[in-house]
Amino acid sequence: MEKIPRQKMPVQDVKERIKNFSSVALGYLNEQAILEAKRCIQCKKPTCIEGCPVEVDIPGFIKKIAEKNFTEAIKILKNKNNLPAVCGRVCPQETQCEIKCVLAKKGEPVAIGRLERFAADWEIANSLEFRVHSLEKLKAKDGNPQTSNSNLSTLNSQLSTNRIAVVGSGPAGLTCAADLAKMRYDVTIFESLHETGGVLMYGIPEFRLPKKTVKIEINYIKSLGVSIRTNVLIGKTKTVQELFDEGYKAIFVGTGAGLPQFLSIPGENLNRIYSANEFLTRANLMKAYKFPEYDTPIDIGKRVAVIGAGNVAMDSARVALRLGADEVLIVYRRTEKEMPARLEEIENAKEEGVILHLLTAPIRFIGDENNNVTGMECLKMELGEPDASGRRRPIPIKNSEFKFDVDTVVMAIGQSPNPLLPKTIRGLQVGKHGNIITDEKTGVTSIPGIFAGGDIATGASTVIEAMGAGKRAARAINEYIKNKKDFFDIINI
Amino acid sequence: MFRILEKSTPATSINRFMIETPDVAKKALPGQFVILRLHEKGERIPITIADTDRVKSIITLFIQEVGKTTIEIGKLKSGDCILDVVGPLGIPSHIENFGTVLCVAGGVGVAVMYPVAKALKEKGNKIISILGARSKNFIVLENEMKKISDEFYITTDDGLYGEKGFVSDVLKNLLAQSSNHSLANIVYAIGPVPMMKVVSEITKRHNLKTIVSLNPIMVDGTGMCGACRVSIGGITKFACVDGPDFDGHLVDWKELTCRLSLFKRKEKESLDHYCKLSAAGK
Repeated sequence: MEKIPRQKMPVQDVKERIKNFSSVALGYLNEQAILEAKRCIQCKKPTCIEGCPVEVDIPGFIKKIAEKNFTEAIKILKNKNNLPAVCGRVCPQETQCEIKCVLAKKGEPVAIGRLERFAADWEIANSLEFRVHSLEKLKAKDGNPQTSNSNLSTLNSQLSTNRIAVVGSGPAGLTCAADLAKMRYDVTIFESLHETGGVLMYGIPEFRLPKKTVKIEINYIKSLGVSIRTNVLIGKTKTVQELFDEGYKAIFVGTGAGLPQFLSIPGENLNRIYSANEFLTRANLMKAYKFPEYDTPIDIGKRVAVIGAGNVAMDSARVALRLGADEVLIVYRRTEKEMPARLEEIENAKEEGVILHLLTAPIRFIGDENNNVTGMECLKMELGEPDASGRRRPIPIKNSEFKFDVDTVVMAIGQSPNPLLPKTIRGLQVGKHGNIITDEKTGVTSIPGIFAGGDIATGASTVIEAMGAGKRAARAINEYIKNKKDFFDIINI
Repeated sequence: MFRILEKSTPATSINRFMIETPDVAKKALPGQFVILRLHEKGERIPITIADTDRVKSIITLFIQEVGKTTIEIGKLKSGDCILDVVGPLGIPSHIENFGTVLCVAGGVGVAVMYPVAKALKEKGNKIISILGARSKNFIVLENEMKKISDEFYITTDDGLYGEKGFVSDVLKNLLAQSSNHSLANIVYAIGPVPMMKVVSEITKRHNLKTIVSLNPIMVDGTGMCGACRVSIGGITKFACVDGPDFDGHLVDWKELTCRLSLFKRKEKESLDHYCKLSAAGK
């Protein structure tokens, strides 16, 4: 049999794409997806599933794509993954499912992420037919609530006296809420921003994750019966205790790692030095790239330095390019090999003209008389022994100071867990980085009834890890409620 | 959506809105603020809560027309809605019985001062108030402030009402007439940055503790971006979660002033764009 090569993803031409915020990767066409799906050898003991934090039946959905049964493919996906269009785009598959693919041993793994994205996008594109289809199914199989989302939602509000509060509407909270809704709980998500989605809305740029796609996936979660209340900052607008008093039986905290880190070096508060969170929130959530049609401004110069080399740094650099910077530099204290960003994103960034400035660490920012940043003083670095993270430790080279002209700086050196909510919960055990201490398998915290997961527990990690934590916590909450049920029945009388 | 129950214009270019916000009204304390967004294309702006009615679930905001968004808000009427209101944000002002409190407020800052001064009065403090405005028709809440003040001064830049000059002139006179610390135990200063800066400089010379309410640029208002960062005694703080109240003697005023001017050009561009659209009848 002729061997099928791994199907390439069509992408937007680089000259065009640096001028817009539209998707870079365009997605598989039907024929390509079917071809790629046929590469999967349908292992009896599929190792790819082990690599997926939300345990998607990968060979199962791929088989359906190969059989051109896309409706069934998306159904299998959504059985475990509530946000497949998101995950298909932003998961680091190369270190998760795809690295475990048997084909990876001798060649290229099956493009699981691209296929997931294909199935999810196909459903979105055909959603009208899909809805009609499921409605008919509902009529035919009356009494089976699993077939209808709206039916599920009514059931939830009618039967369930078990209300669960989910704090934060990022990937962890959305997943936890969706899974709990599928278990027939009455779930309310509380979100402090005006939009739902957390980092999916404010952090990851449009050209990597279209906001319309995120909104469609969130609508799916709403259709499961989850209520979402935006503009509520738990800890300020309401306390966790008040949520319990209002009758919520358990609370999942998924408030993420929204606290930007700075270097604490001189000049860091000069004008045009942004945290990546501010820079990306302005650009993505507030759509500052459409200023003045949208009201939120963003101000950048011609030469932008992004400090850091994770995905957030790549996103910031590529946003800066699209906002019209002449030159964008990634300034990183280690070498390209140690960069934590996804390989694909580093390649995309380089292709678009982002320049890597490696083994360099800023020690001071320089400003003009109006406090605008005009440059930075840096030290050259060399690599020493591996540190706790396993990456080789950067060591400053003596007397290697040099200056560097920049007129805009974006600090993308990481985020810490957001301390606002944990601080307001008396008795909650918190780690030294402000993270909520949890049992990793269940999300159980030091306070009965309060569960936590995602970046608030682990520090900044990936979307899919947060989703995995949300899924595990949903299971644990179900167990907790079931064990508590008799108790609740008594006090409810 | 949050409904405007009542709108009025108590002073030139200063609008007063009573907004139905059950969650915020239930919780808000003096010194706290909300972030609001008018519509889908709007920006998020911080506004301090001037009054709350817990029974009727209403908060009152005074919003001065200074740029695109605040001018657009000024066009709203009773019955209209604001898309997003989140709060109460920030740490409430520190209220205790200090003895005598000197309340210095300028412009629309009087609206921010009022709930703080009222709470200080209720705690048993003696209140000395110095209000200032450009001219008579820019003064808000004068009677309300007068009612809770044991001593009351008002200044206008043009001198057509109250004393001619700035609040800082009255402050200097009062301090000159009294020996150190006999005038007040603490100063609360709320208003434009140049005013708070000058007041802090004067009181520092008298070693008189001064609390200011800072108003840097904000985006989310929940501590996730650092747009509102200020240097307090050489340490970076986020005004939205660590403030907005800080020790005026520790604030890096130059840095704050410069950071507030970051988007000047863009702000003008936005306003021009809005005026053009309005003129075109859109």
